Amino acid sequence: MTPELTKSLAHGMRRIRTVEETIAARYSEQEMRCPTHLSSGQEAVSAAAGALLRHSDLAVSGHRAHAHYLAKGGSLNAMIAEIYGRVTGCARGKGGSMHLIDEAVGFMGSTAIVGGTVPVGVGLGYSLMIKGGDDIACIFLGDAVVETGVFHEALNFATLKNLPVLFICENNFYSVYSPLEVRQPTAREIHEKIAGYGIHTASGDGNDVAAVHAVMSDAITKIRAGGGPAFLEFSTFRWREHCGPNYDDDLGYRPDPMIEEWTARDPISLFEGKALADGRLIQGEIDAMQQEIDTEVNAAFDFARSSEFPPAEEADMHVFADQMTGGPL
Amino acid sequence: MRSFANEIRDGLDQALAEDPGVLVFGLGVPDPKGVFGTTLDLQEKYGEKRVFDMPTSENAMTGIAIGAALGGFKPVLTHQRLDFALLSMDQLVNNAAKWHFMFGGKRSVPITIRMILGRGWGQGPTHSQNLQSWFAHIPGLKVVMPALASDAKGLLLSSIFDPNPVIFLEHRWLHNAQTEAADTNKPIPLGEANLLREGDAVTVVSVSYMTIEALHAVDVLKEQGISCDLIDLRSISPIDWPKIEKSVKKTGKLLVLDTGFKSFGIAAEIMAHITETCFRDLTLPPARLTAPDYSESTSPALTKDYHIRAEHIAARIGDMTDRDVSIEPILNARGAAHDVPGNWFTGPF
Ligand SMILES: Cc1ncc(C[n+]2csc(CCOP(=O)(O)OP(=O)(O)O)c2C)c(N)n1
Ligand SMILES: [Mg+2]
Repeated sequence: MTPELTKSLAHGMRRIRTVEETIAARYSEQEMRCPTHLSSGQEAVSAAAGALLRHSDLAVSGHRAHAHYLAKGGSLNAMIAEIYGRVTGCARGKGGSMHLIDEAVGFMGSTAIVGGTVPVGVGLGYSLMIKGGDDIACIFLGDAVVETGVFHEALNFATLKNLPVLFICENNFYSVYSPLEVRQPTAREIHEKIAGYGIHTASGDGNDVAAVHAVMSDAITKIRAGGGPAFLEFSTFRWREHCGPNYDDDLGYRPDPMIEEWTARDPISLFEGKALADGRLIQGEIDAMQQEIDTEVNAAFDFARSSEFPPAEEADMHVFADQMTGGPL
Repeated sequence: MRSFANEIRDGLDQALAEDPGVLVFGLGVPDPKGVFGTTLDLQEKYGEKRVFDMPTSENAMTGIAIGAALGGFKPVLTHQRLDFALLSMDQLVNNAAKWHFMFGGKRSVPITIRMILGRGWGQGPTHSQNLQSWFAHIPGLKVVMPALASDAKGLLLSSIFDPNPVIFLEHRWLHNAQTEAADTNKPIPLGEANLLREGDAVTVVSVSYMTIEALHAVDVLKEQGISCDLIDLRSISPIDWPKIEKSVKKTGKLLVLDTGFKSFGIAAEIMAHITETCFRDLTLPPARLTAPDYSESTSPALTKDYHIRAEHIAARIGDMTDRDVSIEPILNARGAAHDVPGNWFTGPF
């Protein structure tokens, strides 16, 4: 792995971690007044995707989307302002944490209904297929999404039409407090079940960013070359509660050994530890990187908190569009 | 004192105990939070066959509930938000609502679908919808919306043991509401509204959480010499027309309150019906206070006047009665920000 890629992956993960942990630290100030799902512990999958996707690729996600949005290049200021309900937010305060959008970098939207953006991502893939070129549509999803009908219906269509769509499943073994085994038969892993569609599937350790990068790079190359949809499953682990800023392992819904094993495998220290040992990174670079991230993140929170709230007249705006926003093909 | 959530939980407990055919399932039902406390310990008590978690497969699980009902059971399916249950509209509308009708009355579908209605704290466009009128529009679905904690259990029991599909809508802001009412275990018949306050100035018809705001308004106005009838519908399908008509014949003035969007909503139907049946008794055009015809935003700056509150109700009754009313006592009694049900709520869901 090149030093540039090494730095880019470390930076991507640290930036997401810092954003999420800053939200967690400040949530109790009661200024971020919306349901908020954090990705601390799950940074590797997003960082790898961020290093591989172009701004002209299109991406969608669900309720836990901060990491995906940031990795795709979404504006940090606009995301934090959105969570603070300000008019400078990426959705002008209409949507909050669960409704992120930055079309300039191809992040086409995240929504709060489980599975809701999967067919939308496939539709974006269809539009890319007709237009030609080698851009792809990328759909971020959690393990619960594969339980929805719409996921299978959309995957069927993507396969039928050989669409340039990458499904990235972050399997953190839980949907809220419910473990995988009360929701899905577990004799086969998710990617093994999806393989029945006859598309490219692969899996990997979602806390090993180098491994994720390799698996994703291979799949993306295949899709860009016209190979049709691919489904990737990465196992990972959410550190904090499903929704909100706290830890909730006192509730006992995740077994202690599982918590210990996964939190010991912090994707950032795993990756940096190796890179430091073989000289691809030096501590000074990491420190400088973190300092730069801290400055950027603090500035984003300052930006959000000093931004205006949307004026009351905006409450009933945007119900209908007055003109086409897509423009001619 | 017992909370609305305790009452729901006890209703489920009683139904499970009374009838081995009752099943309770839904996302998070056996989890440590137990759907805002409404399903706690039920799996331990009744076992994993009768009380269980489910895949995120709302449409299929609704069809599965229908199938289990055809097989002789009485399933209670729970959704943490109504918005998630929208995925199951096909099963609800095309199968549950019509099975008894389209097979010539061969078999009833005794399912109860609990849906929780979100509000405030940035619930936003897809976690706050109050679409009761959608369900009430469908022949074959009953729609129940309790307001008082003391009604929650009785209405739930009637819903579970009703032979038909019942949509049971619980407002999230009610779960912590308290009641001192004695624990009666008595079902409350569906379609019987509750006359909560009596007066002859205006007939106020209300449902679900709006009834709590209406109680504040009506009580404050009574001290100012304006007494209203306040009718809490409790169920909107079937609806208690006689009680509403009787009151309107007395007051000549109708104000309908609803948590849903304004157009084509419950309030619209009640105003239309009363216009048809009590036209000559009305001394004023019927009025309504509802959510507006646009979605709830996430930013607290955009929700300040989105929901109807007691002060809006009092002011409107003042207009309808040509009286100067003071809303100061209402504003002074309000201790919490507009986007939380009370200061106990600090997010996130
Ligand atoms: C259709 C639907 N059902 C239920 C919910 C409630 N809900 C929100 S997030 C979530 C968990 C989803 O789990 P998963 O896809 O594994 O993502 P994770 O939270 O683990 O990242 C659920 C059930 C919802 N938003 N939409
Ligand atoms: Mg999950």
